[in-house]
Amino acid sequence: MSNAPVDKGRRRFLTVATSVVGAAGAVGVAVPFIASWNPSAKAKNAGAPVEVNIGKAEPGQMIRVEWRGQPVWVVRRTPEMLNSLEGLADQLRDPNSEEPQQPEYAANMYRSRKEEYFVAVGICTHLGCSPQYLEDSFGEQVEGISAGFFCPCHGSKFDIAGRVFEGVPAPYNLVVPPHYYIDDNTILVGEDGEQA
Amino acid sequence: MKKLIAWFDERIPMTKTWNIHLAQYPAPKNFNFWYLFGVLAMLVLVNQILTGIWLTMNYVPSADGAFASVEYIMRDIDYGWLLRYMHSTGASAFFVVVYLHMFRGMMYGSYQKPRELLWVFGMLIFLVLMAEAFMGYLLPWGQMSYWGAQVIISLFGAIPIIGDDLTLWIRGDYVISGATLNRFFALHVIALPLVLVILVFLHIIALHEVGSNNPEGINIKKPKGSVPEEEKPKFKFHERFTNKYDIVDAFPFFPYYVVKDLVGIGIFLFLFCYVIFFAPAMGGLFLEPPNFEPANPLKTPEHIAPVWYFTPFYAILRAVPDKLLGVILMFGAIVALFLLPWIDRGKVRSIRYRCGFHKVNLTLFVISFIALGYLGLKPATEVYTFFARVFTFLYFAFFVFLFFYSKNENTKPVPERITK
Repeated sequence: MSNAPVDKGRRRFLTVATSVVGAAGAVGVAVPFIASWNPSAKAKNAGAPVEVNIGKAEPGQMIRVEWRGQPVWVVRRTPEMLNSLEGLADQLRDPNSEEPQQPEYAANMYRSRKEEYFVAVGICTHLGCSPQYLEDSFGEQVEGISAGFFCPCHGSKFDIAGRVFEGVPAPYNLVVPPHYYIDDNTILVGEDGEQA
Repeated sequence: MKKLIAWFDERIPMTKTWNIHLAQYPAPKNFNFWYLFGVLAMLVLVNQILTGIWLTMNYVPSADGAFASVEYIMRDIDYGWLLRYMHSTGASAFFVVVYLHMFRGMMYGSYQKPRELLWVFGMLIFLVLMAEAFMGYLLPWGQMSYWGAQVIISLFGAIPIIGDDLTLWIRGDYVISGATLNRFFALHVIALPLVLVILVFLHIIALHEVGSNNPEGINIKKPKGSVPEEEKPKFKFHERFTNKYDIVDAFPFFPYYVVKDLVGIGIFLFLFCYVIFFAPAMGGLFLEPPNFEPANPLKTPEHIAPVWYFTPFYAILRAVPDKLLGVILMFGAIVALFLLPWIDRGKVRSIRYRCGFHKVNLTLFVISFIALGYLGLKPATEVYTFFARVFTFLYFAFFVFLFFYSKNENTKPVPERITK
């Protein structure tokens, strides 16, 4: 060890430089650890779009398919069901679909591309349960409306367009996934298509 | 033998550690029933680690194999059922003793100066324990495992802007899947237990630095030289404690409190074994009935309720109509406990010498906590939600009232010494 006088400025510079480089290294090392928690290529692949054949659906019938592991409903709505959507606005949280719970082409009263078919992710917007489709016993939940969706977990209620009622825990309307009609009998769930 | 001990003592502080922490550690002489739960929590921790390691030997951490491997452990492994019930009952027992341990601290003011950090370490243990229990509950991959996790993870979705990406990152998939199961398994069996053991170590080191509180809340460390020789206890305490202070009204922890704790451990094990052998599901409280069905992402159980030890916080979450506010309030309920040493501005520790209103306040707090726990198990009907709101209010009111009256509290005079 030499007894040369200590150059404090130089020592401080070296300390700071070493700390900064070390911290940058630590951040770099953290990247793989954090990024490995993202969905894997396989999981992303499994999230591919799903075709739904609606040619055989009876009026009032619901078809369930799985998309990205989530239940997706396709309901062929009857004219009575469509009529029940009118005049509900004052009982609903978001009757005009202003929250971004659907693609733009479904931001209407029916929340669908075609009035007759309602496509939605069957997961309650409150805490992720799957609501029940009450085809003709919804009147027990909301007087005067025979069809709707009712979540048994915490009692959230949705009309037949997936619009949430006031005074229930769910904050938003049901999610309408991106979808389009390949032809009159087939819907592709998961993509907006060219019509978007 | 003496030579062997001397050989070690020259190389590692073996006898010294034994003396400082056990044989010559001064513990106040008036410990009561409530002082058992610390040692019981350690016992349960050992039980969880041992049975957990053995369960890992046959458990298959994958979405396809998890449920079947748990059934395999239950039916085909010799004593597999016992190991699993020891682990599942141990989880609930852990929360029973930890809640009672925390209540002891609140009752006798064990969080007050100079024990704030000790309390904070304890709260961190509680927090890690909740994460540990939550992740462990997903592993059997039953219906309630799956949907319970779905509900809890989606809580993070309430955070503005980053919420959805954050939940996707936690799950590693668009829904809870094998990816989620495997990472929870890794955290449950290695990461969190490691953190837990380190925190327990720090909790005990902090405790032995400041010394144990006692039911009277009276300091057993007196200024050096202030106590006449004939009033000092006839025990040898380590000089680390007697160097700066005169210690009064204390026993060495070993053997006196070890023997007392053994009696407590015996009684505890009677109760613990009774549950393991005669009521392992505890009427659906410790193991919920829907969990005997494999996880099914397309079918939600009729009624989702977390395991009993989370229900007080779950009830607070549901009591609030706004999702984000509900989540904030639920976490706030835990944060408030963290801040207790600074919310309570009183100088008197034990409830025995505090004002009457404090006794009422703490009683109401306990009642609210238990009531919220009950309401969290029930479906959210209008009546239940109303009561959940009332008790949520009382829960938080405890801290607000405490903050105000503790400043200039009308306390009883605290004696100089622990009597008798």
